[in-house]
Formats: sequence, structure tokens, C-alpha cells
Amino acid sequence: MTPPPLPPTDPVFGKLSLAALPLHEPILIFTFLGVAVGGLVVLGLITRYRLWGYLWKDWFTTVDHKRIGIMYMILGLIMFLRGFADAIMMRLQQAMAFGGSEGYLPAHHYDQVFTAHGVIMIFFVAMPFITGLMNYIVPLQIGARDVSFPFLNNFSFWMTAAGAALTMVSLFVGEYAQTGWLAYPPLSGIAYSPNVGVDYYIWGLQIAGVGTTLSGINLIVTILKLRAPGMGLMKMPVFTWTSLCSNILIVASFPILTATLALLSLDRYAGTNFFTNDLGGSPMMYVNLIWIWGHPEVYILILPLFGVFSEVTSTFSGKKLFGYTSMVYATVCITILSYLVWLHHFFTMGSGASVNSFFGITTMVISIPTGAKLFNWLFTMYRGRIRFELPMMWTIAFMLTFVVGGMTGVLLAVPPADFVLHNSLFLIAHFHNVIIGGVLFGLFAAINYWWPKAFGFKLNVFWGKVSFWCWVVGFWLAFMPLYILGLMGVTRRMRVFDDPGLQIWFVIAAIGAGVIACGIAAMLIQFGVSIWKRKELADDSGDPWHGRTLEWATSSPPPDYNFAFTPVIHNLDAWHDMKTRGHERPVGGFRDIHMPSNTGTGIILAGFCLAMGFALVWHIWWLVIASFAATIAYAIFHTFNYKRDFDIPAATVAAVEEARTRQLAAGA
Amino acid sequence: MSADPHAAGHDEIELPHASMRDYVIGFVLSVILTAIPFWLVMERPFSAGATAAIIMAFAAIQIVVHMVYFLHMSPKAEGGWSITSLTFTIIVVVIMLAGSLWVMHHLNTNMMPPHDVSQLP
Repeated sequence: MTPPPLPPTDPVFGKLSLAALPLHEPILIFTFLGVAVGGLVVLGLITRYRLWGYLWKDWFTTVDHKRIGIMYMILGLIMFLRGFADAIMMRLQQAMAFGGSEGYLPAHHYDQVFTAHGVIMIFFVAMPFITGLMNYIVPLQIGARDVSFPFLNNFSFWMTAAGAALTMVSLFVGEYAQTGWLAYPPLSGIAYSPNVGVDYYIWGLQIAGVGTTLSGINLIVTILKLRAPGMGLMKMPVFTWTSLCSNILIVASFPILTATLALLSLDRYAGTNFFTNDLGGSPMMYVNLIWIWGHPEVYILILPLFGVFSEVTSTFSGKKLFGYTSMVYATVCITILSYLVWLHHFFTMGSGASVNSFFGITTMVISIPTGAKLFNWLFTMYRGRIRFELPMMWTIAFMLTFVVGGMTGVLLAVPPADFVLHNSLFLIAHFHNVIIGGVLFGLFAAINYWWPKAFGFKLNVFWGKVSFWCWVVGFWLAFMPLYILGLMGVTRRMRVFDDPGLQIWFVIAAIGAGVIACGIAAMLIQFGVSIWKRKELADDSGDPWHGRTLEWATSSPPPDYNFAFTPVIHNLDAWHDMKTRGHERPVGGFRDIHMPSNTGTGIILAGFCLAMGFALVWHIWWLVIASFAATIAYAIFHTFNYKRDFDIPAATVAAVEEARTRQLAAGA
Repeated sequence: MSADPHAAGHDEIELPHASMRDYVIGFVLSVILTAIPFWLVMERPFSAGATAAIIMAFAAIQIVVHMVYFLHMSPKAEGGWSITSLTFTIIVVVIMLAGSLWVMHHLNTNMMPPHDVSQLP
């Protein structure tokens, strides 16, 4: 069978026409109206208060790792709200669609919702969140003034944002993939998905993947090359260690995703047969390849958060971390082992007993270093003076939740059990258990922990606690029913159900999702209230939690150059060591500080790439060629920009440090 | 700070010591390692399978030549980081290739139906 010929395309608009607008779907119309009105209000307010210049100069074109980190976090937060809206829609649909009811989502829309939920939550929520966190914290923890390649950092962010934007465009122009978040062929092939949904998926991920890979390289080089003198590898803070391993995983595994998606796009655009059913293609090869990327990916997400929990546990127990060396070795073991387990995602595909048992055993082995970490955190708390501040509360919630998720993971690693549970709601409950309980709770711990560093004031505790309890209770309510349903054999991605006995569990899960929604609302209120009352919550010391690592040595927020003098490290807990030795802040003898200049090249290049992605989706070939040429030309043009750096004069540094001295004196 | 890598007080970054001699040796070796496979294909002194195997071997050797003479990799370069990252890369690539071949071979054996449908159980 030859692939069906492409439909004739318009030379100007490609496949794009007014029919691509989803005018027949009322849900989408109202969403679009909401987004359009909200967006216009925001744009209007920015114009009214003349903020465009400020945003462009101080944020969009910045090469400061701290501002880029914050922009990553904002991107993650916005996409999180979109991803969560998808989740609520699925929960409602599944709670309603019983007893002959079709629910309220047509199949075509429902399939896009579950695909978009998965893609957005992994690629455009979890990834920007951890990248933002690493961007902000790592240079501060190692005593550096910025990352190794500041412009590349800005470019990486905008590529990630462009990928997210392309994914969002699919909501209102055309459609998104209906294939599930990994777009397995043959379903994602041109024969079964002839429309643009899978193309949006491919190009959104390819554009964002450029940003992710480049930022991974950037952070590896930063950690290896820019550590303050005296900070040997075994004196690096644990968060920096886990970030290093996470970025190594990114650089080693994202090219596999890029190549796999490139082969899939060749199948779709050029009529090749890598993953088709016939002519020698093998869809199984796609599943194999995508999980060689996919399994390291979940460790990319969780490793930095293991670092966060280590920092938080040690700080709030007032002790140095128990078993630092074993923590580092456990992290490195996980990094290597994460490449040896990918087949457990498709035990049922039929590799046979020998292959399945090998991958089952490696999967169980990987839980050993993870378990070692957990014991290290418990022993750090043991006999410590534990302060139950918000970051510590999230950490304890993580320990309790994540252990359950880990154990169900080991259950799934047993191939015979997996044959029963594969693709069931048990699996869904398992990975939400580890991703929410691990990645999200870790992010919330990190946000509560480092917010004062980034903005100079603490977060409101009351709303933080409301959010905490809603999230924890909501999580258990929403996902325990899924474990039960999964054990009863309910498969994932179902739209309607026949057995009325199942409905009660879906109703409970929907209520749980509602409680989580309250948790999210409380968190947004927490941010709002804290910003409103920032004077009362202000922290002048720069070290509100009695921290132990170097980022707490700076003012909050840190000056543009982070450290007026590069600190010298003598101890693993560098800042704790400086405090106990009676470290005096240097107040004189400042020198000019050499810094990189802002540049608009990142956002402009990413804009061209976004146009190219959109054109590729819709087969608008002239625009593909034009935007590709523009990207290359502008990149070459940028190499002739010699105004790349400047010096902060010593007098300015002295003035900033003098203000800091007065702030410290006033706070004391 | 990137624009000024020395500011952070690191050991001087040791640039690889590239000499004309290295480049010439690398170039000559590459030419030889490329010319032999060409000759093998044009003259066909061995069977097709053996020729393919020999070409693969020469390709592998050529990779090493490029790494040593053009990329200046050695156990000491960059304070050992080059060799560490190379080792990691090789481990990952070997896991990926060997694992995929192993997995796909088993899938092929177990899951592909025989072409003669009458043989189905």
C-alpha cells in the first residue's frame, strides 16, 4: 500500500483555511473568547502603564540567569494552568459518561484533551519548572556570576516558549494530536492521522527540544567550569550534583527523541516507511526508541527535586546532610541505571521471558539507590531540630507520597503483574503518584524555599498551608480510586463506561481533582497576598532560613553580578562554614565587573522558528523557506555583533554593596 | 561569567596543544583508512560480507584517529573530562544499540507471524 497522496495545497495558505477554525465546538469558542479577552486586557494594561520598554529591556532580552530562571517558572506556571484545565475536563467527562450518557466531550475533542494534558504537563510544565529552578540556583550555589553561555541561555528559553506557543496555537487553529502523549505509530502515521494534529505535536516538541538540549549543555559547562575556587566535585551542594546528572541525561537522551520524531515526520511528510505497518516498517521500533529517551526523561524530572529535598531537609533540620557521599553515588547510579530500564514500558509487546526478566530486574535494582536517598533524608532529620516551615512540610508530604508511588512502581516492574496492569488506570495512578508526589511537591518546596531569595520577601504561610493541605488531600482523593479501578481492569483513555458500579470511583476522583483545584487557587492567592504584603514579609538578611549553601550569602534578590568577590570554598556547606568562622563581608576594594550585554537575538530567532513550525504544520512551503532562511541569516548577522559585554564600574559595585551594608545594619 | 572565564578563579583553561605534525599525521592516516575501503569495494578481493565487516572496522578506527588527532582527545585533556564524557557516551551508545538489537530481534522472533498462513497454530 502506498501512502495516500497529499491533498492539494494552496500555494499561499497551504492546508490552512477557515475550516481549520473550530467554530463548531462551543467549548473551544468560549475558551477562545476567554483567552482573547484576558489577553487583550493584559496587553492593554501593559500599554497603559508603558511597560513594553521595561519588559523588553529588562526581561525579554536579558541574559541574566536569574531573570531567565524566573521567566521559565512563569512559563511553567501558565502552562500548568492549561494542563490542569485539561485534567479537570477529563475527570468530569469520566465521572459523567455512565449509563448511556456520552458525557459532554465528543471523542475527537476528548482524545486531543488527554494528549495535550500529557504533552503539556511533561514538556511545558515540568521541564520549564526544573530548568528555571536550575538556572536560578545553580550559578548562585557554585559562586558564579552567570551561566557559561548567557546568550545561549536566553535563546534556550525562547525556543522552549516558542514550542509551548505552537502547542497552544493548536487549540484554536486546527487540532492537536489524538494519539496519546507519545504519539505511537501506526496511529500517528499519515494513514491514520491525516490531519495536522500530529504535526503540531512533532514541531512543538522539536522546537522546544532545541532549547532543552542547549540549556542542558549550558548548565553542564557551567557546573564543570565555573565553580568557585576550592569547590571540588565532592564539595558541590547536592542540588548542583543532581542538576549536573539531570543535565547529562538531557544531553544524552534528547537527541534520541529528536531523531525519532524526525523519522516520524519523514514518514508523514516524505512518504518513507520507518514506522508503517507494511513495506518493512516497524512501529515497534518507534516504541523502543521513544522509550530509550522516555525513561531517562522521568529521571531528568525527578533528580533535581531530589537535590531540593536534600537542601531543604538539611536546612530545616539544622544539620549537615546525612551521607553526602552516598547521596552523590546514588545519584550517579540512577543516572546510569536509567538507561537500562526502558523496556519496562512495553513488557507486553512480546519480547519474551529473557528480555522481560532482564529489564524487570534492572527496574527493581534502580529502586535501591532511590531507597538509599530516602534513608539519608530520614537520618538527616533524626535528632535534628526540625522546623516545620512550608518547604519542610512539602518535603515530608513527598516522602510519604513518593514511597507509595515507588512501591507501586516496583509492583509494575514484575513482568507477569505488568501483563495484568499494563495500560490500566493503575499505571496512571502510579506515575501521577511519583510525578505529583515527587516532582510537583518538590517544586512547591523549592518555590517556598527560594522565593525569598528571588524576590526579597517570604511567602504567606497561611495560604501556603491551605494550598498544602488541599493538594495533599486532593491528590490522595483523586488517585487512590484510580489504583482501585486499575486493579479492577479499567484501561486508560476511556471516554464512556458501561458498568455503573465503577461510577462512584470516578466521582471520588473528580472530587479529588476539585480539591486540587482549590490547592492551585490557594497557591495563586498565596503569591498574590505575599506580593501585596511584601513590606511585612520582607527579609533583609538574605538568609531567612539559616541556610547552609552559598546562595544564601548574597542579598535577596542578589545583585546583577551575584558576588562582588568570588568566594573561596573550604567546606561542603560553604555558607554555614563562613558563618561559623565569623566571615566578614568585604566592604571595599571593589573592581570593575565584566558582564554580558542583553540581546534581542534569542527572542527574534525563536520567533522565526515559531513561524517555521507553524508553516511546516500547515504545509505553507514559501513561509517554511522564508523563515528558515531568516533564522540562518539572523544567526549569522548576530555573529557580527561585537557589543557583547560591558563592565559594571567599580563605583557602581561599591554603591550597591554599600546599600547592602546599610540594609544588613538596619535588619540587625 | 562567560565573557571572562578566568574571573571565577579557575585553573587556567588548558587549550589542546595542536601542532602541524598532528594534523598531518591525522590527515595521512584518514586518507589511508579511506582509500583502503574504496579499493576493497572496487576490486572486490573478498566476499561481500567480509568486505562490509572490514569497512566497518576501518570506519571505527577512523573515528579514533579523528578523536586523537583532530579533536585532541587524550586521557589528560581538559583534566580528564574529555575521556570521562567519551566513556559515558560510549556506554550509552552501546546500551542503546545493543539493547535495541536484542529487543527487536526477540520481538521479530516472537511476534512476526509466519508468512505462510497455513502454518499458523
